[in-house]
Amino acid sequence: MSGERLLEVTGLKMYHVIRKGLFGGKFYIKAVDNVDLTLDRGEALAIIGESGSGKTTLGKTILRLYEPLDGKIIFDGRDVTHIRRGELKKYRRETGFVQQDPYGALPPFMSIRQILEEPLKIHKIGTKEERLEKVYKALEEVRLTPVEDFINKYPHMLSGGQQQRVVIARSIITDPKLVIADEPVSMLDASVRVEILRLMESIQKKYKLGIIYISHDLSTTKYFSSRINIMYAGKLVEGGPTREVIYNPIHPYTRYLINALPDPDANNRFVKRDVPPGEPPSLINPPTGCRFYPRCPLFIKGLCDVKEPGYTYVNENHWVKCWYYEENR
Amino acid sequence: MSMHLEVENLYLYYKTLKGIVKAVDGVSFQLKRGEAMALIGESGCGKSSLSRAILRLLPRNTYKYEGVIKLDGENVMEYSDEKFRRDIRWVKISYVPQAAMNALNPVIKVGDQIAEPLIIHTNTSKEEALEKAAKMLDIVNIPADFINRYPFELSGGMRQRVAIAMALVTDPELVIMDEPTSALDVLTQANIMNEMKDIRKKMNLTLIYITHDISVSSELADKVAVMYAGEIVEFSDAESFFKEPSHPYSKLLLYSVPTLRVDREPIYIKGQPPSLIDPPTGCRFKDRCPYRFEKCEEKPPTVSTNGGFAKCWLLEKR
Amino acid sequence: MPIKNRIKNALKTIFFYKSALAGIILLLLIIGFALYTVYSYPYEKAVADWRAGEKTWLDNPRYALPEWITLFTGGNPPKTIILSTTMESRNVKKIVVPVSGNMSYIRIDMRFDYNYDDYPSEINIFFNSTFEELNPKIEVEWIKPDGENITLKSIVLNKEDSYYISVDLDTKDLLGQIVKEKLGLNESPYILPERYLFSPLSEDILDPQKVVVLNGEYTLRITGYLYEKNSDIDVKLVVYGKVYGWAGTDNLRRPISIAIMWGTPIALSFGVTAAVTIGLIQMIIAAISAWFGGRVDDLIQRITEVNLILPFFPILLMISTFYKFSIWVLLLVVIALSMFGAGVKSYRALFLQLKEFPYVEAALSYGASNMRIVFRYLIPKILPLIIPGMVLSVADFVFLEAALAVLGLGDPDAPTWGKVINDALRDGALFKGYYYWVLEPASLLVLTAISFALIGFTLEKIFNPRLREM
Ligand SMILES: Nc1ncnc2c1ncn2[C@@H]1O[C@H](COP(=O)(O)OP(=O)(O)OP(=O)(O)O)[C@@H](O)[C@H]1O
Ligand SMILES: Nc1ncnc2c1ncn2[C@@H]1O[C@H](COP(=O)(O)OP(=O)(O)O)[C@@H](O)[C@H]1O
Ligand code: SF4
Ligand code: SF4
Ligand SMILES: [Mg+2]
Ligand SMILES: [Mg+2]
Repeated sequence: MSGERLLEVTGLKMYHVIRKGLFGGKFYIKAVDNVDLTLDRGEALAIIGESGSGKTTLGKTILRLYEPLDGKIIFDGRDVTHIRRGELKKYRRETGFVQQDPYGALPPFMSIRQILEEPLKIHKIGTKEERLEKVYKALEEVRLTPVEDFINKYPHMLSGGQQQRVVIARSIITDPKLVIADEPVSMLDASVRVEILRLMESIQKKYKLGIIYISHDLSTTKYFSSRINIMYAGKLVEGGPTREVIYNPIHPYTRYLINALPDPDANNRFVKRDVPPGEPPSLINPPTGCRFYPRCPLFIKGLCDVKEPGYTYVNENHWVKCWYYEENR
Repeated sequence: MSMHLEVENLYLYYKTLKGIVKAVDGVSFQLKRGEAMALIGESGCGKSSLSRAILRLLPRNTYKYEGVIKLDGENVMEYSDEKFRRDIRWVKISYVPQAAMNALNPVIKVGDQIAEPLIIHTNTSKEEALEKAAKMLDIVNIPADFINRYPFELSGGMRQRVAIAMALVTDPELVIMDEPTSALDVLTQANIMNEMKDIRKKMNLTLIYITHDISVSSELADKVAVMYAGEIVEFSDAESFFKEPSHPYSKLLLYSVPTLRVDREPIYIKGQPPSLIDPPTGCRFKDRCPYRFEKCEEKPPTVSTNGGFAKCWLLEKR
Repeated sequence: MPIKNRIKNALKTIFFYKSALAGIILLLLIIGFALYTVYSYPYEKAVADWRAGEKTWLDNPRYALPEWITLFTGGNPPKTIILSTTMESRNVKKIVVPVSGNMSYIRIDMRFDYNYDDYPSEINIFFNSTFEELNPKIEVEWIKPDGENITLKSIVLNKEDSYYISVDLDTKDLLGQIVKEKLGLNESPYILPERYLFSPLSEDILDPQKVVVLNGEYTLRITGYLYEKNSDIDVKLVVYGKVYGWAGTDNLRRPISIAIMWGTPIALSFGVTAAVTIGLIQMIIAAISAWFGGRVDDLIQRITEVNLILPFFPILLMISTFYKFSIWVLLLVVIALSMFGAGVKSYRALFLQLKEFPYVEAALSYGASNMRIVFRYLIPKILPLIIPGMVLSVADFVFLEAALAVLGLGDPDAPTWGKVINDALRDGALFKGYYYWVLEPASLLVLTAISFALIGFTLEKIFNPRLREM
């Protein structure tokens, strides 16, 4: 890619620790296991995977809401993998987070104005008047206008779509360079999803914001991001320009994912979808080698279940991690 | 072929602190035996309320409940609550409630849970019921040894299958499923849809299934009913609907779907659905409708279309 | 508009729950009463009055019932009648006539109407004489409405003197003698002086069932001689009633109303301060425990567990037996002992759930510090949830304070409801049948508790769905 690099993640690992029972031992949920990704300034990257595949964990680890176990996060030329205190606070100012559940993401006892002022107060940005001005500007940016109608309301007085606009406004109010949006529209009504995504797109273009969209919905992604990474069971398995991945999927899992999604069509009811049975593996004891092998029809015995597949480049920008493709291209 | 289910002028209003919620406001439609109808619409438009109205599962704050519900020509609205419970609910019509997979009883084994409707609603012995439950597990693709597990040991997809099995175990004729796959992953959803395609044929089910995802609605639907603000604004067969719906709302709804295989920039419908406490007079969609004109101030007529009917002044034949 | 709406909504909700309305009205009445007390009757004065001792209240009857008792019992019990030569009254006449030299004749007539259907509880006469060496000498006469005239006693007055007619032995003998003679009995019967003095003299006077009160105008006549030029006598007659004020009096003739009145603001402020402070402190401790986790959490949890094992009430009893606390020190002790109470555990559970809420995570993501999260994000959300419990616990603390006072371990100075009950019990009020003495403070205690309970339970109903939603 040509643009200026904003984020470079290499070999990132984040395991959740859980304890079973009072005296039970520790278990590790390998939610993010050796993930590499890059994001350019002003670019929109999508990370697609089923629930439990580790998308949220990945997003939160990049935001340093979780402490990485291993790997490196280089942001804007700085290593932010293990920064603390002042540096971490500065990093928080330069990043924004949009969560899945807009109502849950807003403190219910604060007015919209208080909510948007919080990040400014925390980072001691501007005088009182300047802060208010910034709040107005952010609300205009997310088209909650006339601002006077919204600024003194409380979250529960807004519809889901409006709440999510507030969340977006809050995520950009400190002028960040990177925003991670974790399923920003999956809790919203289908009819407002497109509206919210269009809004994010326009903000992203206007401010040259780097956005990572986390989603399980391939079809929406198609219209709102330039690159896609497919995640399965804690690992990225395929990546490349959006259209290329959707129209020329290589990894068996990506193919199934695309097969599983219907488009509105009256003929759907007469055909069955070609999808693998079973469910994603437990991340406590994930399969060795390729994590998809127990469900994969192309699985090569003695290889896929033993060795983890590495990068294979379909072309300059499109890569996949699959032994079958590696062996048969 | 005569109609299996006929709903005429069905009303269900709730009384709340803020006013009367007209959740189902004069709904009519008909289904033949074995047909599947998708009920689509934005959140809060009354889809779940309509299904509860058909099942007579009324909350305590019900304010108005009337209309005609015919099963094979017989008006079951005239049945007493007792008779309805004994002969209809879970016997002829069963139900997969919204978020059913999270409502399973955590301390009852899967097999017992599936058998329960049989024991409660029909005179089946426990052994027979469990035998039937085992069969149902097979039908919904759950491995046989899961019969003795507890719900928390199951994944979301499995729990949803259990909820479906509970609805099917009494061999009903009509099943209402409220958002059966909304909370599930794409692959699991596709698997369950595949299974449902088989099951509905095998059991000759009439199916009403509620979803807000139009793409998914096309997976099963022979008929599509579009609900808006308590009313069915369009009822159509699937072919006509997915080719070109008649009602402006249906059109916008369909074009707001991002498609995967075809390139078509998705649009969105401006504004929000109206409150069901004070819905707008005339056409309830008028505030958001790009085609609105003078006539829309009055209640739109129900006009028959190629595939069924729609309520819109634009369609009125001059 | 929003504020107007919010008030409207709140009222709507309250009317929805009738019990809350009852609770609020009751509480408003109680608060109104407390405020009235605070403004109309300064605390120092109340304490002084309460601690004053019998002298101050000498004009009050002992064990008088509240006046409104007649609403239930009917009848017309006597109120206290006070006549004095120092007051301007047509019913008091004092004549001093010089006789010879420095000597003068004095006659004092005190007339009063007595129209009650019961006898007074006591009759006392207080004298205040001025002289230098020669004491005045007087006779006390009693004239009934029917004209009967009895000379009760001759007294050589000291400067301050009194004649307690009801308990005076000479008088008792005298009256017995009179009855014996007039009715031709063999020995003199024992007749209560009040009964004799307020009944027509007939056979009936011997039989408490038959005897009736003689209504009409009575006169107390004092005649005598002053032996010095500037000598004078002032006389005060007190015919003690059987009812007094709206709360009655106790064994020390004190108006119980003092403690009933001041008991209200004390109980309210004790209960509310204890409940609110303890609730808030427990919440803050719980929030810190849940948010920081790890060692902080362990430490707080252990302290709480130890504190929970310790028996609260017995410890409090022990401490207050050793040290006599003022009520406000007691408040501090109660707060200190409850700070690590059960609330810490249950609030912590709420905070642990809240900790995972997306908005808390969002706050972390834009850089909020730990303390900011605890105070700006966690506590405001939980606060409404603990308010019902706080309101309910007000009743507990009101009772706790009363219980200590009843056991005699409360603030010895403070006029409180518990103290009234304590006095009553010590005087054996329940055995003697002075139920009003215990019932008045007790029913106020119960009413206060009920008002908080009604409000608390309704708040719980309103807030509980949210509890479940979490
Ligand atoms: N028991 C009830 N009492 C009062 N109002 C209710 C009740 N149940 C539902 N409603 C209201 O009735 C309207 C229709 O609700 P319903 O659940 O039928 O919608 P829905 O179309 O199924 O929505 P969703 O897609 O969110 O499930 C909504 O405004 C809802 O808030
Ligand atoms: N805080 C946590 N503690 C323990 N396990 C977690 C936690 N968050 C996520 N997990 C587990 O990690 C895995 C990945 O979860 P997540 O990152 O939320 O995936 P996704 O966002 O793709 O649904 C899942 O198995 C999930 O149960
Ligand atoms: S690596 Fe092997 S198991 Fe994995 S997706 Fe490729 S072929 Fe299938
Ligand atoms: S009736 Fe009018 S407002 Fe309503 S949908 Fe038709 S054209 Fe639009
Ligand atoms: Mg997630
Ligand atoms: Mg619903």
